[in-house]
Amino acid sequence: MASKPFTHGHIERNVTILAVLSLLVVTIGGIVEIAPLFWIDSTIEKVDGVRPYTPLELEGRNIYIREGCYSCHSQMIRPFRDETERYGHYSLAAESMYDHPFQWGSKRTGPDLARVGGRYSDEWHVQHLKNPRSVVPESIMPGYSFLASRELEVGDVSRDLRALSRTGVPYSEASIAKANDDLLAQADPSRDAGDLAKRYPKAQIRDFDGDPSQVTEMDALVAYIQMLGTQVDFKAAAAQEQMK
Amino acid sequence: MEQLVLKSGGWLLVAVIAVIAVAASADFGFSVHMAIVAIAALLAMTAGLQKANYFAFATAAAPRKADHSRYDDDPVRWGVIATLFWGAAGFLAGLYIALQLAYPALNLGLEYTSFGRLRPLHTSAVIFAFGGNALIATSFYVVQRTCRARLAFPTLARFVFWGYQLFIVLAATGYLLGITEGREYAEPEWYVDLWLTVVWVAYAAVFVGTIVKRREPHIYVANWFYLSFILTIAMLHLVNNLSMPVSLLGSKSYSAFAGVQDALTQWWYGHNAVGFFLTAGFLAMMYYFVPKQAERPVYSYRLSIIHFWSLIFLYIWAGPHHLHYTALPDWAQTLGMVFSVMLWMPSWGGMINGLMTLNGAWDKVRTDPIIRMMVMALAFYGMATFEGPMLSVKAVNSLSHYTDWTIGHVHAGALGWNGMITFAAIYYLAPRLWNRQRLYSLRMVNWHFWLATLGIVLYAAAMWTAGIMQGLMWREYGADGYLVYSFAEVVQAMHPMYLIRAAGGLLYLAGFLIMIWNIAQTIRGNLRQEKPLSDAPFNPDADRPLPAQAAEQPAPLPVPANEPVAQPIAAE
Amino acid sequence: MSYETFRHFADSWGLVVMALTYLIFVGWAFLPRNRSRNRDAATMIFKDADHG
Repeated sequence: MASKPFTHGHIERNVTILAVLSLLVVTIGGIVEIAPLFWIDSTIEKVDGVRPYTPLELEGRNIYIREGCYSCHSQMIRPFRDETERYGHYSLAAESMYDHPFQWGSKRTGPDLARVGGRYSDEWHVQHLKNPRSVVPESIMPGYSFLASRELEVGDVSRDLRALSRTGVPYSEASIAKANDDLLAQADPSRDAGDLAKRYPKAQIRDFDGDPSQVTEMDALVAYIQMLGTQVDFKAAAAQEQMK
Repeated sequence: MEQLVLKSGGWLLVAVIAVIAVAASADFGFSVHMAIVAIAALLAMTAGLQKANYFAFATAAAPRKADHSRYDDDPVRWGVIATLFWGAAGFLAGLYIALQLAYPALNLGLEYTSFGRLRPLHTSAVIFAFGGNALIATSFYVVQRTCRARLAFPTLARFVFWGYQLFIVLAATGYLLGITEGREYAEPEWYVDLWLTVVWVAYAAVFVGTIVKRREPHIYVANWFYLSFILTIAMLHLVNNLSMPVSLLGSKSYSAFAGVQDALTQWWYGHNAVGFFLTAGFLAMMYYFVPKQAERPVYSYRLSIIHFWSLIFLYIWAGPHHLHYTALPDWAQTLGMVFSVMLWMPSWGGMINGLMTLNGAWDKVRTDPIIRMMVMALAFYGMATFEGPMLSVKAVNSLSHYTDWTIGHVHAGALGWNGMITFAAIYYLAPRLWNRQRLYSLRMVNWHFWLATLGIVLYAAAMWTAGIMQGLMWREYGADGYLVYSFAEVVQAMHPMYLIRAAGGLLYLAGFLIMIWNIAQTIRGNLRQEKPLSDAPFNPDADRPLPAQAAEQPAPLPVPANEPVAQPIAAE
Repeated sequence: MSYETFRHFADSWGLVVMALTYLIFVGWAFLPRNRSRNRDAATMIFKDADHG
């Protein structure tokens, strides 16, 4: 055998060579495409205003994930005239830099939500989530009325922030320590929010679901929806661009 | 005996730990899952004890029938039944969520039955439960035959089967309870991922172990594809599911990556779940079952070498085409597009290799409904692998992305290619695995074929129309320079298409139910008395000696005379 | 190496090298000396009586 030239027949008779070669062949593409994203600086261009989620927004986001909203809603506006006109400025990489996991989505059975924050009132969202067809007759979205009656039960949310900080989200020790207070304070104006707004710029502090008696899952989800796409001030950014 | 005590004790320990975890868990979902684990461990213990009792006290009773057969086919038989069971569950879930999109009242206002939770249930049930069981079962069957060796590590092979079912149950109940990592096709949470890793390593050990102890120097091409599928899925699963659990006693975890990096890792995984789970693995089926059913060797073995290496090399690059025009860097998008277009070639090379295997036996498409299914599977494979590169061209993708066109594309591939080739393989396997003379009914196979084909045509046509319509309506500008349609109007326009899609799904499911009945009767050993599917009417003009050239054609491959099971089914 | 030069290289010589490698590989697999081995390999699934 050894004197014969190396043919594919050798690979076909040796499972080790076959396994090693095929594994080598399939790793190349992934390494070339994925690895540079972690060290090329231009992958995520720095933008002012992007901050980690507040505990309440984070819990709202977890409800968004739990209910599988990403099955039907994207959070990624592409740079086309019709999309920017319909949904707003196209999405920037930096805007999802703290999204573990990303929720760009792949399907628009419902509209894109990347910049839905501030477009509708809290009351509209609550009504729409409870019974979508009462505000949008053509809607085929499921109703989520159970969110409004269910108290937000998250246990110790500081552990969530701790886990996220381990993956690289820059939560300060103060924010992690105050996470449980922050969570309740953001949805309940009667509580003292302390320096919440300072640690989380542009955080919206109010009762979101129209039920001040308790902090519900609806509060968290609406808080998350209302902050989507509001962090970056594109008017200021455009002015800066022109000055350059 | 000592070993038995040790084993049972081990299972009991697992059960006890799981029960403690139920009590200590941070959330309700995790408790439910740990309870399921405890039940599974107790079941495993009971099964072990029962088998052992049988041995211990068997001297008086009939001794357990020793397995003298040449191959270890129990896990394959279970796998076939599991494939049918999960297939029915997955198709039914698909039909239900299709109807939810047409009639949102079907969400029932309950969290457990809303679209967002049922949709991952559907996708995972059809891909990982139906497809995964079909892959594990056929790979165990094929690797034994082509290596002429029994499965290595028989106990481990059984663990693979039951462990995989536990993975499916945990994943499926998790979706209903809202336990998800929130990334498509990789939804199971961290502990379920860890469990799957254990099962998958065992699967690789059994498969490679069987190849190592083979009594045939050559490793057949189907095994290359199975091997590549197993190894690559292991790699994808491990990298994509890196995550940080919030608590070791809770279900929630956060992905290790964020934003752009997370998106590309996820679609590198997602696209290659298609490439290696739904393509390489099923191509392995094609390379064994099509030649066997057609009783002709594969068209070109050299082409299959090229096919194998180019397919696995190119597929892994194609992931970024899921992220065209997003915040992913442009160079990555371009790479994804270029490699997706190149991928067209090996895909069609494989399709041609499969179809041309029938060269010289094309009449079997008319006489043998199983061959017909295989040909239809390959035709849909060819169609989907042309459509895929087309959709990955950025200009086309700007229209098709986010629309139902993607859904149509996926289902043309999944229903047409994966479904049909699996059905054909199971029809091939059932009489052989249960040692029956033939299938219960070939006419039912024919019915299944036409119901499924019609179902796919309705489904794909409806989704293509819906997708292109959506894409065009979203971007339509009026003479006044404003967008013409609100989003809600586009949703409303989809209604008829969603109904047609559901009708297609219903037909596909109906065909599958006929299959379940057919296989169940075959397993019970019944033979349906029915008219043959085709018989050639007497033609006096053709009734003459064969022309001389016919004698020069290669003789059909010898069929073993002493093996009733191996008789060509098509001949009946 | 800057992004631009790298990308330019990938668009031109990189492609050529890949295409040539591919053609060499195909030629290697299609060498006539492999013919009989491939035929044996393709028919091996029919050798066995036990529905193998």
